[in-house]
Amino acid sequence: MSADHLLSVLVRDEPRVLTRITSLFGRRGYNIRSLSVGTTEQPGVSRLTCVVTGERAVVVQAMRQLEKLHDVLHVIDHSLEKFVDRELLLVKVAITPESRVEVRQIAEDFRARIVDVGRRALTFEVTGDEGKVTAFLEQMRPFGIIETMRTGRVALTRGSNADIPAHVYHGGQSRALTPALAEGEASLRS
Amino acid sequence: MSHAPPTPSPSGAPANGAQALWHSLAAHGVTTVFGYPGGAIMPVYDALTLFPDIRHILARHEQGAIHAAEGWARATGRLGVCLATSGPGATNLVTGLADALMDSVPLLAITGNVPRSLMGTDAFQEADITGITLPVTKHNYVVQDAADLPGILAEAIRIARSGRPGPVLVDIPKDVQLAPFAGAVTPPHPLPPAPTPDPARVEAAAELLRGAARPVLMLGGGAQGAAAEVTALARAWGLPTITTLMGLGAFPASDPLWLGMPGMHGSVAANRAISEADLIVGLGLRFDDRVTGRVSGFAPHARIVHVDLDAAEIGKIVPTHLPIRGDAGQVARLLAGRAGAGDPPRRPDWEARLAEWRTRGGHPDHWGAAQAVRQVVSRLGPNDILSTDVGQHQMLAAQLARFQKPRRWLTSGGLGTMGFGFPAAIGAALAEPEVTCMVVAGDGGFQMTAQELATLTKYGIRNVKICVVNNSYLGMVRQWQELFHERRYSEVYLGDSNPDFLKLADAYGLPGWRADNAADLEEAISAWLAHDGSALLEVVVPNEHGVFPMVPAGAALSEMLETDPRSPVAGGPA
Ligand SMILES: Cc1ncc(C[n+]2csc(CCOP(=O)(O)OP(=O)(O)O)c2C)c(N)n1
Ligand SMILES: [Mg+2]
Repeated sequence: MSADHLLSVLVRDEPRVLTRITSLFGRRGYNIRSLSVGTTEQPGVSRLTCVVTGERAVVVQAMRQLEKLHDVLHVIDHSLEKFVDRELLLVKVAITPESRVEVRQIAEDFRARIVDVGRRALTFEVTGDEGKVTAFLEQMRPFGIIETMRTGRVALTRGSNADIPAHVYHGGQSRALTPALAEGEASLRS
Repeated sequence: MSHAPPTPSPSGAPANGAQALWHSLAAHGVTTVFGYPGGAIMPVYDALTLFPDIRHILARHEQGAIHAAEGWARATGRLGVCLATSGPGATNLVTGLADALMDSVPLLAITGNVPRSLMGTDAFQEADITGITLPVTKHNYVVQDAADLPGILAEAIRIARSGRPGPVLVDIPKDVQLAPFAGAVTPPHPLPPAPTPDPARVEAAAELLRGAARPVLMLGGGAQGAAAEVTALARAWGLPTITTLMGLGAFPASDPLWLGMPGMHGSVAANRAISEADLIVGLGLRFDDRVTGRVSGFAPHARIVHVDLDAAEIGKIVPTHLPIRGDAGQVARLLAGRAGAGDPPRRPDWEARLAEWRTRGGHPDHWGAAQAVRQVVSRLGPNDILSTDVGQHQMLAAQLARFQKPRRWLTSGGLGTMGFGFPAAIGAALAEPEVTCMVVAGDGGFQMTAQELATLTKYGIRNVKICVVNNSYLGMVRQWQELFHERRYSEVYLGDSNPDFLKLADAYGLPGWRADNAADLEEAISAWLAHDGSALLEVVVPNEHGVFPMVPAGAALSEMLETDPRSPVAGGPA
């Protein structure tokens, strides 16, 4: 069954590392819905969250291929653990003197912040999980959405521990495969 | 203006980036490199003059150089090294890199590039070679600082050789080659150990083997380094054994358990066995589409145990019942150890069916490419190397050669690269000067890298025996047009314009023989092999012969055409 899968990928901060990943996705036909990248608490390591759409087996295959890239240190499949995820949306909504109050009221309900005020538009910042962000957009649609930018989802596993032990960052050679999927059992036929 | 001769530092330590490169390669045991110089790699070639112990083989085309490096690596299992200049030199390596990636060949490609200050400006002979080769290398690097060079090379070589091997490219801007170097050479990195196979899964595989009535062992290129172990495994359990195109030689063809090659041009026995098996144990293969035929019809009755080092291969094409991540040799040893003592189990019904299938298929008993190739390859000794190009002659050689040892069969399996066979044999011949390296090439593919005849001459290479199977056509394409395009032969005829291959050889100082019938061929082969030195044999064969058995594209293995629908067949084992 085709569904969205949330993956986090820890990578060496090397030139072209993003190209390596997107080229791999593109060449093998994996469907990426969103991708966001940032630095981490570890110097030289970046973290990327991506949403891959597809059958479970395709996503497992994508993970296995990612793990083969030298600059990929670790891949986390968030479907295996509890996680928190957030997305940031910037949206410019058209307003008229008549709609202005109603738009602001909806924004308040969503705890959206106004980040820019124009004569004929308000720009909001909303964070939340994907559902909340999408719901906010739906609420605003009747007023007229001028422009949007979404960051795509970013995720962390819940709990007090780091997703991977620090030695993985530095050892480089001792990369382990994601445990529950280490041998591709998503593809098992019974 | 002339450049001063390269000077090593008084201590003998490398004085600049280019020297650090050679020092590093020497520290990794590199003795032979294949390459072609040009502006952006001149400091490296200048520094080479300080390294008399490293042999550089100047090819006549970078593609020749990289396929030779591949041939070296495929025959020895060691690292192949090639060099090229920036821009066109580097782009000429692309085919070889893709070829090496597909067939898991450990390879290091060094390219020069324009100075860092010019990178990204479309400078003369600048190509973004790391960008271009990103999808066809296991990894690649641009060296930004001479001080990083030894570390990068050690890492690059480790990556090329470890796990599932593959090609790594290191691009060195010219100013980095020239930059003063004060550091030390990095010693070789130890190779990481293969992942330990999960004992529970190994035991589960042994349990499946105990219960199997119709088991089959399938060996791929990953078994080339583990021939002894996989052979012991097959014998311990009495497993009928199939070797893929890349696995030929991993199991001795003389063993009664051997069923031949599977897939599109596989043997009747191998393909029927797969189609009827109740258990397939696959080691070091990737279930390529040429092996499986239509996947939904592949091994419909079998449980599949798939052993591979590369977790991404497991379940990629064929759904697997029991995946085992590990080294083929290690897992084979563990599984062999779990066989009962005494004689291997007998399975009379299964053996009887296999015996019947072995009698099917086969090639026409009249003169043609199949008979010619059979006559030629039957002269190979157990230690001799056979390298092929790509096309009908390749499939015939794969069907007809009988390998007793691993790494004696060099063929472009995954990429199917025409032009591969001859330069690959040159690389193997340099690695093993005492061994006859036979090439079986088509009239089409030989002309893709025939310029390397000069390389034979230049280095006095005496152990390459080239056989051109001349059918006047791009035969394999013609066969498909015959079978699937109602004989609309579109742009496949070469006969009106092929060179005189003997004159071509002669132009490079190589003797040649020609034959166009079985009796003459027998004599010509003897003279060709007896000649003390490299030589060429042209076999002129009828134009329109096909390679059979054949599984048409999109068909299941069980739907194979066992023999040429148009020709009678000799019968007997294929
Ligand atoms: C570089 C390259 N170009 C094109 C092909 C497609 N191709 C596969 S087999 C073949 C015909 C080869 O002809 P020849 O070398 O004469 O061998 P034959 O099949 O006649 O034995 C061609 C064109 C290829 N494999 N490689
Ligand atoms: Mg031909």
